[in-house]
Amino acid sequence: MTVIDGTLKLDPEEARRVRQERLERIGRWVLPLAIMVLAIWLWDRICVWNEIPQYILPRPGVVLTTLYNDAGLLFSALLVTLRITFLSLLLAVVGGVGLAVLFAQSKWVEMSFFPFAIVLQVTPIVAIFPLINIYVDNQTTKLLLCAWIVAFFPILSNTTLGLNSVDRNLRDLFKLNGATRWQQLRYLRLPAAMPYFLGGLKIAGGLSLIGAVVAEFVAGATGQSSGLASRIIEAGYRLNAPRLFAALFLISLTGILIFLVLSLISHLILRRWHESALKQER
Amino acid sequence: MMREQVAQTLASNMAPTLLALRGVGKVFSNGVTALSDVDLTIREGDFLSLLGPSGCGKSTALRLIAGLSTPTSGVLDWRGGGSLDRANIGFVFQEPTLLPWASVFDNVWLPLRLKGISRAKAAPAITEMLARVHLTGFEDAVPRELSGGMKMRVSIARAMVTKPRVLLMDEPFAALDEITRFKLNNDLLELWQDERFTVVFVTHSVFESVFLSNRVVVMAARPGRVFDELAIEASYPRDEAFRTSPDYAALCRQASDVLVNAINSTAGSHHDGH
Repeated sequence: MTVIDGTLKLDPEEARRVRQERLERIGRWVLPLAIMVLAIWLWDRICVWNEIPQYILPRPGVVLTTLYNDAGLLFSALLVTLRITFLSLLLAVVGGVGLAVLFAQSKWVEMSFFPFAIVLQVTPIVAIFPLINIYVDNQTTKLLLCAWIVAFFPILSNTTLGLNSVDRNLRDLFKLNGATRWQQLRYLRLPAAMPYFLGGLKIAGGLSLIGAVVAEFVAGATGQSSGLASRIIEAGYRLNAPRLFAALFLISLTGILIFLVLSLISHLILRRWHESALKQER
Repeated sequence: MMREQVAQTLASNMAPTLLALRGVGKVFSNGVTALSDVDLTIREGDFLSLLGPSGCGKSTALRLIAGLSTPTSGVLDWRGGGSLDRANIGFVFQEPTLLPWASVFDNVWLPLRLKGISRAKAAPAITEMLARVHLTGFEDAVPRELSGGMKMRVSIARAMVTKPRVLLMDEPFAALDEITRFKLNNDLLELWQDERFTVVFVTHSVFESVFLSNRVVVMAARPGRVFDELAIEASYPRDEAFRTSPDYAALCRQASDVLVNAINSTAGSHHDGH
C-alpha cells in the first residue's frame, strides 16, 4: 500500500474485496425483496391471464383490501391467538427451564424423566387433543396445554445441554472455593446455559404460534374458538378465499415478528461475550 | 551479598513444614498409575517448581494438593495433621478459566462472592489486587476483549484475592509468548516476595523453574515419581540481570542435566518409540 497526499490507496485486490463486501451487504436485502415483488406480480398476472375467480385465487390487491376491510374481525382474532401463543411460550420457558434445572441436579433424575419428555414431543399434538378435550373443560386451558406441549421441548432439551456443558476447570474452580450447589447453578451453570437456552427459545417461539393455531384448528372443529384459525376454517367453509389469504398473511407475519424479536433479545444478551453474537473482523 | 544469600537459604530450610506428602500414589480407574510413592515436603514460603516431561504426574500431584482429587495410597499431611481449609488455597489453571460473561472486576470478585461477600464490601480488595497485577483501568472489560497475558493476570488476581497461604499453579504461562511470560514471571515473583505465600508451580520449562523457584523438584514418568530435587541458591529479588547472568545459565544447565536423566530413566526401562 502507498500513501499519496495523506489518503490511503487500496491495492486492486483490497479494493475488489471491499466492493464485493458492499455488494453482498446490499444484495442481502435487495435480492429477497426483488424476488418477493416479482412473485407477487406474477401471482397477480396469473389471476388476470387465466381469469381465475376470486373464490379460488384472489389477486394480491384483493387480499390487501380484505385485510383492511376485515381488520376489526381479523385483528381481534389475532389477539386471541397471540394471547395463547405468548402465554404458552411463557409457560414453556418456565416449564422447560424448570425441568432442565431439575434434570441437571442429578444424572438419575434426567435418565428417569427425559424419555417422557421425548414421548410428549414425538406424539402429534392433533392425536393427543381428543384426550385433552375429554379431560379439560376450560377452552383457554385446552389451547394452552396444546401449545405448551409443542413449544416446551426445544427449551428443555437445549437448556439441559447447556447446563451440562460447563467448562471442567470452571467447575473445579467453584469446587475449590467451596461453592454450594445453588451458587454453582446461579453463577456458573445458568449463565453458561444462556446461549443454548436462547437458541431453544427462538425455536419455541415459532412452535408456540404453530401450537396455538393447530390447537385452535382442532378445537375449532368443536366450534368454540375465535382465534385466527377458526376464522380461517370459517372462511374456508364460505369459500371466502381473500379473507383466508389475509388471515394466513397475518399468521406468517406474526411468526416472522416473533422470530425477529427473539433474535434481537438473544443478540442483546449475548453480544458482549458469546462467539455467536460477535462480528468477525476481517 | 554472599552472607545474605546463605542466610536466606538457611531461613528457607528452617521454615516450618506446611505440607508433607508421604508415600502418595494415584492410580486412575482405567488402571494407569499417575503417581507412585511420592515423598515431598513443602515448607512455608517455598517457591517450589514441579518440573518434568508430560505424563510425569505433576498436574496430578497439584490436583491432589488442591483436594480436587484423592490419593489411592499414602497421605497428605498438612502441618502435622488435618487438612487445610480450602479458603487457604488459590489455584491457577493452565487456561485462564474465566467466566466469559462477567467483567474483569466480577471475575476477581467470584471467590469472595462465593463466600457471601457483597460487591461493595469486596471492592477495595479487588481494586487493590487488580492494581497488583497491573490491570487497573480494565475492570469493566470482558475476557474476550483481553490478550492472553492479561487474561492470565486476571486469573492470578482471582486466585490471590482471598489472600491464600498456598498458590497452586498448573503450567499457567505455557500458552503465552516468551516476552509476556518473562513479564508475568517477574510480576509473580514480586507478588510472592511481598506476600510470602507458598507457591507450588507446575512447569515443563527448565528456564522458568530455575528463574522462579528456590526449589526445583524434577519428576519422571511411567510411573510418575519424584526423580531428584535441586536447591536454587540464588538470592531474591531476581530480575532481568539474573536472567542473563552466568549463575543462572549454570543453574539451568544443572537442572537440564537432571531433567535429561529423568527422561532417560523412563526411556531406558520402557523401550519408548516403536
